Amino acid sequence: MTEYDIDEMTPPDAAPAPAAPGMTPADAADAARLVAFGLQPKLLPARDVEYAELLRRHRDEPAFARLTDAVAAGLGLIVLEVSTRAGMAVTAAEDSVFAVRMGDYARRAATDSADRFLHGLAHLAVAALAFPRPEDLADDGYIGRVTVNGVDAFVRQACHRLEERAEEQGENTDPTTGAPGLESAWRVYARRSATGATKDARRLAGSTTGIVGKAAAFLVDSGFLQRTGDESGGTYRTTARYQLQVRDMAASAAMAELLELGVVPVSDGGATLLPPDESDDLDLVADAGLPFHS
Amino acid sequence: MYTRARAGDLVRHSGISVPFRTLSVRPPTLCDVTSPPPGAAAPQLNTADGAARPAPGPAADEGLARRLRALACTAPLHDLDARKANLAGEYGVYAMAEVALAAIDLVTLHMDFDTGADHEQIVARLLPRVAAQAPGRPAPEHDRVARWVLENLINVGSVDRGFRAVYGTFGPDGVYVRRDYDFKLIEEVPGPGGSVYLRTTDEAVNVLVGALDTDVTSAQIAAEVKLEVLISRGRLADAQLAAEQARYRTVQYSETLRRTLDATRRNVRAVDWLSTVPELISEALDHVADRYRHENAILTNIRKARDEAESAEHKRRAAELVDIVKDCIRRHTQLQSRLLEAGPLFRAEQDRQAFAPPAPRSGYDLYGQLLAPVLPLPVERAGRVTDAFFARGTGLRTPTSVRMADLVEMLLTPPVEREHLGAEMPEPDLIATPDDSRFSEEQLAVAMELLELPADAPRRLSGLLADARRRDPDLPYLIALLAVHAASPPVGTAYRQGEQRLLFAVDDGTELDDHEFGGADLIVGTALLDAAGMAADRAEVA
Repeated sequence: MTEYDIDEMTPPDAAPAPAAPGMTPADAADAARLVAFGLQPKLLPARDVEYAELLRRHRDEPAFARLTDAVAAGLGLIVLEVSTRAGMAVTAAEDSVFAVRMGDYARRAATDSADRFLHGLAHLAVAALAFPRPEDLADDGYIGRVTVNGVDAFVRQACHRLEERAEEQGENTDPTTGAPGLESAWRVYARRSATGATKDARRLAGSTTGIVGKAAAFLVDSGFLQRTGDESGGTYRTTARYQLQVRDMAASAAMAELLELGVVPVSDGGATLLPPDESDDLDLVADAGLPFHS
Repeated sequence: MYTRARAGDLVRHSGISVPFRTLSVRPPTLCDVTSPPPGAAAPQLNTADGAARPAPGPAADEGLARRLRALACTAPLHDLDARKANLAGEYGVYAMAEVALAAIDLVTLHMDFDTGADHEQIVARLLPRVAAQAPGRPAPEHDRVARWVLENLINVGSVDRGFRAVYGTFGPDGVYVRRDYDFKLIEEVPGPGGSVYLRTTDEAVNVLVGALDTDVTSAQIAAEVKLEVLISRGRLADAQLAAEQARYRTVQYSETLRRTLDATRRNVRAVDWLSTVPELISEALDHVADRYRHENAILTNIRKARDEAESAEHKRRAAELVDIVKDCIRRHTQLQSRLLEAGPLFRAEQDRQAFAPPAPRSGYDLYGQLLAPVLPLPVERAGRVTDAFFARGTGLRTPTSVRMADLVEMLLTPPVEREHLGAEMPEPDLIATPDDSRFSEEQLAVAMELLELPADAPRRLSGLLADARRRDPDLPYLIALLAVHAASPPVGTAYRQGEQRLLFAVDDGTELDDHEFGGADLIVGTALLDAAGMAADRAEVA
């Protein structure tokens, strides 16, 4: 749901003056204030009277809404949704000062392409496990739950499945020496250790649970996840903002990139993690775990 | 069957045929293993048949590649012995490869269903062997050697915590390609509560513990049959080896099941719960029941062998066997309880996920449309997709900007001293709960004193009541209550606790004539119990 939908729902007579010229500098200050609230993603509208009041104004006064959107756009922000549920959900446009850069996110990722990939994959995997079905991503009321160890195990299982498939086909997946970029992506994940002992009992930063844990902690700071417990390396639940971000921004951007690479994932809109057909003559090997059908 | 011996052969042969001096002795961060230099191998091939013969095809090379990889798994062990010279100190007396193999065995055996082996425990169990290799050396040195070996098997220090070997094969087009083979021997896995445990990898189990990539079930059955035969013939040394092999298989079987169950737990829709998983679980349950029966039978046999054996050596071996088989039974029980938990867990997940109303619109299938297609891509290309997801999926960060004035003030502010003991605890407000007992402690004491009857002089309840009434008008109620309880004396409890006397009450038909109570005028007496005899009885039963 975007702010424009809300505009259309507003009865036309409720708006005092449809044109922006009626706006005063005080209104501009309020609009900027609302954007400023949006820049504090962990702030909940329900907890702040002023925030809630500005959101109400955004809903009821199209002129104010337009002014707010203009302020956001000027700052290099994209408005995803304005509602009491998600608050003023804004995200950084590309090249905006608010955008997160991989080099700032993880130092090793700037130089090491494998690390860079793993950090990106961790974010993709957290989203994939938080919203396992297309319906979950589409359903505004859905709250996903993820654990750090769960995400790691999920990706590992997928990698394991690919390894088995390669073995069945008698493929030699060992990469050519000196060409690390040609190594299969799943191998990079599979051979990275899941965890490791450190001197100060913290998570080993370079291990896969360390990388996934970092992603989860970062998403908490973005107001996308809420930490609910410490079991399984940390348990989290998703927020409305995360769903919007993944649905409207991240998934489509990644998909576009994938299409550009010439990979066309075909989908009928249903989930791909499905039980096999009756006709499918699948012998579940004891070690195979998940029989993925994709 | 004698997979251990086979693994030993492998190590021995490799020592002869492959020049392990080519192992580059580098700092322990990454163990580089080079296969026989291709420059040396290729000319040999060519000189045999001349240059006319084409390069061997991929089919011939596949087996070679597999063996090269198996060989590479042993290299870190040899490498330990090669590198011990570089350690500060005189470590030549220690056989590092032997310690390493023992460590892998220990980790394999201590891997539990849920977690793995504990790092400290493995070090502690390695110490006797290390100490035996150099008895004259101080204990801290033994500890250091054990830790050094274990850490090198994990390969602490490299990002991947693994090993890499380089080997060459001929591709389908006849071009010689050098490839990287990455493997781990012992890996660290997360345990409950954020702790780290050790597990041996498949590579380590396959090559170093024994070639176990056979059908687990059939191999186990074969091992059991063999074990029974060996025990019945009294060949305990062989039987112990067989039992140990059987235990390795047990471990591997539970490992397989653990992974499958984990996967089931993770995603309900991905698992065929209609037929495949129930079949798997019932198969596993059958397996557990079967093995449990077998192992109990074996246990009885060995116990007999242990008790009847005459030589001390036989007795010791049989006792060790008992321990091994007991451990097998413990593992089976653990496995079984996990199997029973799987069903309810699945149903709970099913309720949560499958019966939700369908969503009005369709979203992206993140797994099927993004994650699954990305994983098989080369990492270079896959990175572009994950980069795009990262750039748009992480949200925003407000850049921090610092004012000079603030910075100066911040830097000049003395750090706030932290309260060492934390905030003061408020004094708890305690309220005494009212004593609502019907009788007081004194009343009970008086009643017990009244009922302290000599064993040969039981009394009527009416007399006791009259005595009690004289002391305290409330006391007869307590006496009557105790007497009624004594009508059904707690014999079993008294027997278990080894009491010497027991209060009892018998109804001989006389009616109680009392203005407060009605019923039978019980005969209340004390029975003496044979405490010593009962104790002996109990010991016998136990």
